[in-house]
Amino acid sequence: MAINILMPALSPTMEQGKLSKWLKKTGDSIRSGDVIAEIETDKATMEVEAVDEGVLGSILIAEGTDNVPVNTPIAVILADGEDASAAPAPKAASAAPAPVAAPAVVTAPAALPAASAPASSEIPAGTEMISMSVREALRDAMAEEMRRDETVFVMGEEVAEYQGAYKVTQGLLAEFGPRRVIDTPITEHGFAGLGVGAAMTGLRPIVEFMTFNFAMQAIDHIINSAAKTLYMSGGQMGCPIVFRGPNGAASRVGAQHSQDYAAWYSAVPGLKVVAPYTAADYKGLLKSAIRDPNPVIFLENEILYGQSFEVPKLDDFTVPIGKARVHREGRHVTLVSFSIGITYCIKAADELAKEGIEAEIIDLRTIRPMDTETIIASVKKTGRCVAVEEGYPQCGVTAEIAMRVMEHAFDYLDAPVMRVTGKDVPMPYAANLEKLALPNVGEVIAAAKATLYR
Amino acid sequence: MAGSAAIRSKPASAKTAPKPIEKSSAGPLEFSRDQELSAYREMLAIRRFEEKAGQLYGMGLIGGFCHLYIGQEAVVIGMQMAMKPGDQVITAYRDHGHMLACGMAARGVMAELTGRGGGYSRGKGGSMHMFSKEKHFYGGHGIVGAQVSLGTGLAFANHYRNNGSVSMVYFGDGAANQGQVYESFNMAELWKLPVVYLIENNRYAMGTSVSRASSQTDFSKRGLAHGIPGEQVDGMDVRAVKAAGAKALEFARSGKGPYILEMQTYRYRGHSMSDPAKYRSKEEVQKMREEHDPIEQVRGRLLRGKIATEDDLKEIDAKVRAVVNEAAEFASHDPEPDPSELWTDITL
Ligand SMILES: Cc1ncc(C[n+]2csc(CCOP(=O)(O)OP(=O)(O)O)c2C)c(N)n1
Ligand SMILES: [Mg+2]
Repeated sequence: MAINILMPALSPTMEQGKLSKWLKKTGDSIRSGDVIAEIETDKATMEVEAVDEGVLGSILIAEGTDNVPVNTPIAVILADGEDASAAPAPKAASAAPAPVAAPAVVTAPAALPAASAPASSEIPAGTEMISMSVREALRDAMAEEMRRDETVFVMGEEVAEYQGAYKVTQGLLAEFGPRRVIDTPITEHGFAGLGVGAAMTGLRPIVEFMTFNFAMQAIDHIINSAAKTLYMSGGQMGCPIVFRGPNGAASRVGAQHSQDYAAWYSAVPGLKVVAPYTAADYKGLLKSAIRDPNPVIFLENEILYGQSFEVPKLDDFTVPIGKARVHREGRHVTLVSFSIGITYCIKAADELAKEGIEAEIIDLRTIRPMDTETIIASVKKTGRCVAVEEGYPQCGVTAEIAMRVMEHAFDYLDAPVMRVTGKDVPMPYAANLEKLALPNVGEVIAAAKATLYR
Repeated sequence: MAGSAAIRSKPASAKTAPKPIEKSSAGPLEFSRDQELSAYREMLAIRRFEEKAGQLYGMGLIGGFCHLYIGQEAVVIGMQMAMKPGDQVITAYRDHGHMLACGMAARGVMAELTGRGGGYSRGKGGSMHMFSKEKHFYGGHGIVGAQVSLGTGLAFANHYRNNGSVSMVYFGDGAANQGQVYESFNMAELWKLPVVYLIENNRYAMGTSVSRASSQTDFSKRGLAHGIPGEQVDGMDVRAVKAAGAKALEFARSGKGPYILEMQTYRYRGHSMSDPAKYRSKEEVQKMREEHDPIEQVRGRLLRGKIATEDDLKEIDAKVRAVVNEAAEFASHDPEPDPSELWTDITL
């Protein structure tokens, strides 16, 4: 029986890819394990191996084709001796044998293509803007700071030769060499401590955690060694170090790999905690973090890595740590969030606008120190506040926001502050449960309406 | 690219040529007819299961991370042939082979990979997190190195209960550099815990070859400072694994404390599903497949020794495929967990 070879998904977040090369041609015999084609995603080029055996009956997608959706038939394998006429004619992707009950992939909240955040005071009027992914913005920020300051170096697992597990450090090894771009063994506690020690002497390490889930191996050094040294040494010795990497849920990677640490680190005096949303903020804040004399926890988001935003074309663009940004103006309700949480707020605000509700979105950007002033100014205007995060509700960042609003703007509130958070459960693997565990746009809309008694 | 001031513990040349797999010094390597056939069947079952899992991943039926065990089958099957009922197994995320070797059902494992209610963790764990109390399989861990302390704890419990069981703790060459491994080694030797540490040296931790991450690349010596004996084993030869495993298990069971076996093996596929594989050559992979494949080795012996005919082996393959296909069928149609499952099993 003829078997369709389908465009494979090669990563949790891949939806389409480029069929860059065929390594077999029609009529070639194929054994299981043979590499038959190469495909490209935004992260990497990868090989497609045959699972079935037979003869390559026909190629349905020519090499060089871009944006081939996952599960599109790309070729047909015939059993030995089978006639090529058994091969189904090339069909549109929709005719592909649909994977039975394929779990709905939790797709990344689509980026507003090159979302333009309201011009902020950080970007001089008339500045040329270029579209750039968060991944590129981070790489450029590190490269610029490494060019500027010889004491800056980056270390972590797979950051050098592999170009970063998520390709964030792409190209840095080639430019700066192995003295400053350093692959470590899998020893988080060890290299985090080593980084802190080096920082105590005045070097400026950027320590990448492959994901922040693995920083739990190192959390003792982050808190006991990095955060407290300045205080314990009576101000003699600080620790200018950046701990960075993807934080929070990715897609279908289960309980041990899907945790949001924003609230954890934000509870610790001595640390600064940054968690941006736009590429411009990723770039400007990472540069500020590297220059900051304190330990900075820089929380990235894997789902945002591939999304593009407008970034100012400036030689030295920085964004101050500790300043929130009004992402969208509105007068009826204030939505406060950070990092990927902003995507829920944007979609909710779009929906609310259809009903005449103008939501103001505040992107915190920095969790610690938290820009209370910007939140309070907005709440004084709208009288209503919804705080949104992917992390847990108990002792979450949203709980902190609600408390600050109570402390500073109680008399201005027309309704209790509401929050939308990840559910109070470890992240499940099953597609349907994972969807339920994360916050969603509907919950943000409902909370906003509740504050408006609608 | 190697600058003179680079942080490198080895000259560049030391990292390229993987050294040949060495033979273990342990006992007789001959397998009986039944042992050869059973090793063949069990290893093939893992291989076919993993190929199918790779296919389902490509179809979007499996999500997230999915680490395949293809190439390493002889390690778990050889150890399985050496262990006694009641001995525990614990490993990392590359765990499908270990579970099948422990006798866990292919359909339950596959349904967990697809995140369905019929999976071993009712869809809540996924590829990296499965457990079976009944089969003494303690997971399924996603944090590199964590299973080493946990597995030492299993051995502590055996010692505490004096139940005669040994804990088999599997971890990778990359994991072997985590600090908790050495904290565990110290306690295990100090308290003479019944544990066998199985370092599955497949030469790479993601994209990092052993020589780029390890100052001591002979993992059998990693316990020397603590006085833990160890040995290197040809992990592609199921007979060598079984012989070394039997010796190590006997050592641990007799109250002499921990034992380390470095299983020299190889993974054919990428680290997880998305792996650009720029860190090794195609020729290197091809050579391992052609010259050291654990299943082909047994197959060759079966045919040469006239223990089985081509037709016999085809029949075994057909049976193995039938089980795997049935598992995939189940895993594709079994419903997702009930939404109420989101809130269960958090605390008792
Ligand atoms: C503490 C921790 N750090 C990093 C990772 C990411 N990671 C997952 S697997 C892996 C490589 C492990 O290699 P090895 O121990 O050799 O096992 P193998 O994958 O070869 O079986 C890394 C770095 C992790 N899961 N946990
Ligand atoms: Mg390895």
